[in-house]
Amino acid sequence: MTESPLVSVRDLRIGAVTDAGRKVEIIRGVSFDIAPGEILALIGESGSGKTTIALSLMGHARSGCSIDGGNIRVGTHDVTAMSEAGRAGLRGTEVSYVPQSAAAAFNPSKRIMDQVIEITAIHKLMPRTEAESRARTLFRALALPDPDHIGQRYPHQVSGGQLQRLSAAMALIGDPRLVIFDEPTTALDVTTQIEVLRAFRSVMEKTGMSGVYVSHDLAVVAQIADRIVVLKEGEIQEVGTTKQILNAPAHPYTRELLAAFEPVPHVPAGIGEEVERKPILEVRGLSAGYGAIRNGEPVAKVLKNVNFRLERGRNLGVIGESGSGKSTLARAIAGILPAYRGSVHLDDRKLEPALHARSKEDLRRAQIVFQLADTALNPAHSVGAIIARPLTFYHGLRGAKCDARVAELLDMVHLPAALRHRLPSELSGGQKQRVNLARALAAEPELILCDEITSALDTVVAAAILELLKELQRELGLSYMFISHDLSTVEAICDDVLVMYKGEVVEALPVARMSAEAAHPYSRLLISSVPQLDTGWLSGLEQDPELVAAFAHR
Amino acid sequence: MLRSKTTWLLVGKRLGIALITLVIVSFAVFFATGLLPGDVAEIMLGQAATPEAVAGLREAMGLDRPALLRFLGWLGGLLTGDLGTSYVNKVEIADLIAGRLANSLRLAGIVTVICVPLALSLGIAAAMWRGTLLDRMVSVLTISVISVPEFMVATLAVLIFAVWLDWLPALSYGVNVDSIGAMLRAYAMPVISLSFVVSAQMIRMTRAAVIETINTPYVEMALLKGASRPRMVLIHALPNALGPIANAVALSLSYLVGGVIIVETVFNYPGVAKLMVDAVSTRDLPLIQSCAMIFCISYLSLTTLADMIAILSNPRLRN
Amino acid sequence: MSISSKTSRPLRLPTPRRMGYAFSWTGRIGLAVILFWAVIAVIGQWIAPYPPGDLVGFDYFGPISPEFWMGTDYLGRDILSRILMGARYTVGIALAAVTLAVAIGVILGMVAAVIGGWFDTLLSRLLDAFNGIPSLLFGLVVVAAVGSSIPVLILTLTAIYMPGSYRFARALAVNINTMDFVTVARARGEGTIYLITREIFPNILGPVLADLGLRFVFIVLVLSGLSFLGLGVQPPNADWGALVRENIEGLSLGAPAVIFPSIAIASLTISVNMFIDNLPTKIRDRSD
Repeated sequence: MTESPLVSVRDLRIGAVTDAGRKVEIIRGVSFDIAPGEILALIGESGSGKTTIALSLMGHARSGCSIDGGNIRVGTHDVTAMSEAGRAGLRGTEVSYVPQSAAAAFNPSKRIMDQVIEITAIHKLMPRTEAESRARTLFRALALPDPDHIGQRYPHQVSGGQLQRLSAAMALIGDPRLVIFDEPTTALDVTTQIEVLRAFRSVMEKTGMSGVYVSHDLAVVAQIADRIVVLKEGEIQEVGTTKQILNAPAHPYTRELLAAFEPVPHVPAGIGEEVERKPILEVRGLSAGYGAIRNGEPVAKVLKNVNFRLERGRNLGVIGESGSGKSTLARAIAGILPAYRGSVHLDDRKLEPALHARSKEDLRRAQIVFQLADTALNPAHSVGAIIARPLTFYHGLRGAKCDARVAELLDMVHLPAALRHRLPSELSGGQKQRVNLARALAAEPELILCDEITSALDTVVAAAILELLKELQRELGLSYMFISHDLSTVEAICDDVLVMYKGEVVEALPVARMSAEAAHPYSRLLISSVPQLDTGWLSGLEQDPELVAAFAHR
Repeated sequence: MLRSKTTWLLVGKRLGIALITLVIVSFAVFFATGLLPGDVAEIMLGQAATPEAVAGLREAMGLDRPALLRFLGWLGGLLTGDLGTSYVNKVEIADLIAGRLANSLRLAGIVTVICVPLALSLGIAAAMWRGTLLDRMVSVLTISVISVPEFMVATLAVLIFAVWLDWLPALSYGVNVDSIGAMLRAYAMPVISLSFVVSAQMIRMTRAAVIETINTPYVEMALLKGASRPRMVLIHALPNALGPIANAVALSLSYLVGGVIIVETVFNYPGVAKLMVDAVSTRDLPLIQSCAMIFCISYLSLTTLADMIAILSNPRLRN
Repeated sequence: MSISSKTSRPLRLPTPRRMGYAFSWTGRIGLAVILFWAVIAVIGQWIAPYPPGDLVGFDYFGPISPEFWMGTDYLGRDILSRILMGARYTVGIALAAVTLAVAIGVILGMVAAVIGGWFDTLLSRLLDAFNGIPSLLFGLVVVAAVGSSIPVLILTLTAIYMPGSYRFARALAVNINTMDFVTVARARGEGTIYLITREIFPNILGPVLADLGLRFVFIVLVLSGLSFLGLGVQPPNADWGALVRENIEGLSLGAPAVIFPSIAIASLTISVNMFIDNLPTKIRDRSD
């Protein structure tokens, strides 16, 4: 490299104080450079320290954390040696920040324009009129609708995807030399993500600024980064160009990350048997909603006339974006939210709509597992007590018999038996989700409703959970209804798929034929929006603008 | 700022609840005082009264009517300004209260004017420089004041300003208020005591409200834009904390109601609270009821006001 | 971003006490003072140097002396003995009232949160209306009506502080009630009693105990206030508030008889506040 790097980080060490008051090192000797005009991605799972490193480039450490050692240089500034006032002078002009959740990072009580041009006011860069016209230029460059007036609105009056792009305008207004993107598309739906990514990429190309792109998603990073730093537990595992990392990963951890992306095609149980299977679950004309009941119908209708059959031993995927009603479907089937119309049949028995009217036996046969294992496990109960409760409740097991069964169930989900004495707060995300599954299995169900159970997990951990689900299915003959916003997850485990949009099923077909044969325009849009592990994917992607306008809530 | 329909609906609902609460409260006040063991008429006439005399008085006072009727009659009287007559000195209660109420309101008004700016600036400053010496001193002081009974604040004030320093008279009653200086001296002690009690609450709540807004992602974002600490607090946090702060002010002022009862007693200040405490010792029921209703209404107005401010300042309900 | 999960999870026995429930030194001092007064409330009677009702000094408002460590009161009684005895009334009445108020409030609050519907609406409205009466005033009115005795004081104070406790517990329980683990238990078919006792109660216990402490302080303050107005504990017995009232005449003399009971009240209430303020946030605000 002939040019001197814009940013150089040497042996960075960041410490944190835990809740128990212990000091731990969360970033352990990280070093890297960023060349002018280069976009560097920091890739890692939760706890890898990627956001902590990115924020340290601005001289900022979140409360409880402190930069304990090493050296950070941005341009000619030695960030680590600066005073807090000096760092404040750097922020917005030299280095700026695009947050993960723009919705939270915009002040709800101030107009968007005032917030976008605030950097110019803080650092006295230019007069207000000039700043506003600059902002409008940026709005145009970021493909925002109505660029001349969008600044006059309040943050809650524009959509999430637009806010995310507006936060980029806010970062770019002070002409920084380095822009930090902190998981800026993670909270967005896939169809929205594309537009935001495109806007980011084109504006970065035009301005020639350097960037740091923090993400857990290799496919997203592949579209925008020049080089990738792979992090794990505060240490660098591998650094390389995007092409090299994707095509010729050197480090085993990188290979593991990539492997989790490889589609593992699902082999349906008992394929080729052409016997008429009995449905384990059948849903007819199901409608459900929230709010006050008027004329026997709730005010806010979420599910509208949903019909499907799930055959015993098969898996049904339900896919849709936020607000599609997919979680409501699971709740209506479980009776948590009683349907006001239609019926649910479990093994040809019609179930009562409301939970409390169903028999214990009906409840036992269908179990529900939730997305956030954190909130699904009672923090006050030990793992053993959590798993033992359904055993006592449904099967009357107590004492030694119950203990033995708990150990058996823990073994089934590949957790050590010693874990039974732990509290949920002492487990990792993946372990919690396994306990969550073990509790459902304790009921000896025939059907498990999985509501986004892998969405909050890191890709590698999620892949392991999917593997476990398949294994359990082979051993216990379970059926799953698998709800997800992620097409590849559904492809990995399901036989059939329902595509939901605004509370309705718009398409139902076998997963294997999904990519090729999906006919509904929304399904097609959804399929084409899933990022691929290919640096040229976004550039080559062509979507029908009318389709996008009709279905993507950008 | 435009408000949406739902906002006004919520405000209306809150007002409705306040009204219902008022009815329930007046019911409670009326019947709590009606629990008096023994008959009012007997008490008034003393041990030696003949049964006939008692019966006559009962009829004259309307005590033989059903309780609910008496309650409705009393409530009607309240609404029309007819508060009845005192059992003890047979004076119209409205006349007894009128002058006293003005005194109490004056006291409360002075305290409010002093406290609100003082408490707001201290609360915001403590939040802005959180963890500094100033913040810690303010915290220790406020927690000490709210931890002790109001009468202790008052007696401590007497001890310091009247006994040790000999600056101010210990009692307000009977002091000449000819000159402004004399008036200031007369009001100083009750005002100082009450101000301490009310400000301590207000400072704590203001500080908490501002700190809560400081801990939001958008204030962190301001930090990452290079904003200074005062800018983060004054430009970003404060506008969003205005609702909670106004709510805190109104709620803290409701502490005036309890504080005033003690302070007027300690300093012999001729206000409604002193009147009521005296009425309690003479068991002058109609007077107690009327005074109690005055306090309940002021307390209820302040808490309702606090809630309405909270509703109106919610940015998510803004149109 | 969370801290690396492995490094922050050292191997140790998973008892709740070991999960960082460490107290700061201010918290420990607070706890020590609280325990001190609790012990005095029980044994004060036997360690008092003089019978609290006896006139032992020749002088009224006597100064601090080797015989009378805290001076004598307006009749010449030993203040130290009277404070030791007063602890029983102040601590005892406040503790009884706060226990009753919080127990009733928490049970009703949890039931309302889990059952919801009209039961919740009705109870909440009614108790909110109760909250619309200033506490000292409520005490005044009731005592004016039925006269003052210890059971009346306890019940009155309970009635004053129960609605607040209900409101607090209900808000916490409503939060917990929406958590997935409660939904899972409900979907399992568990009944209301199980949900309340096993799923909700353990998770609101910390904040409820902290709230109990704060409410205890309020009750001590109102009780002292009532006694100060002469409507609390009646002579010949006296709690600390009544001691201040008895000796208020000595204020202009700067007599220890009025200062020491005040210090006793302040030491108790400030200690409780100090203790609660320094509780680990984990215990204090589960509600967040």
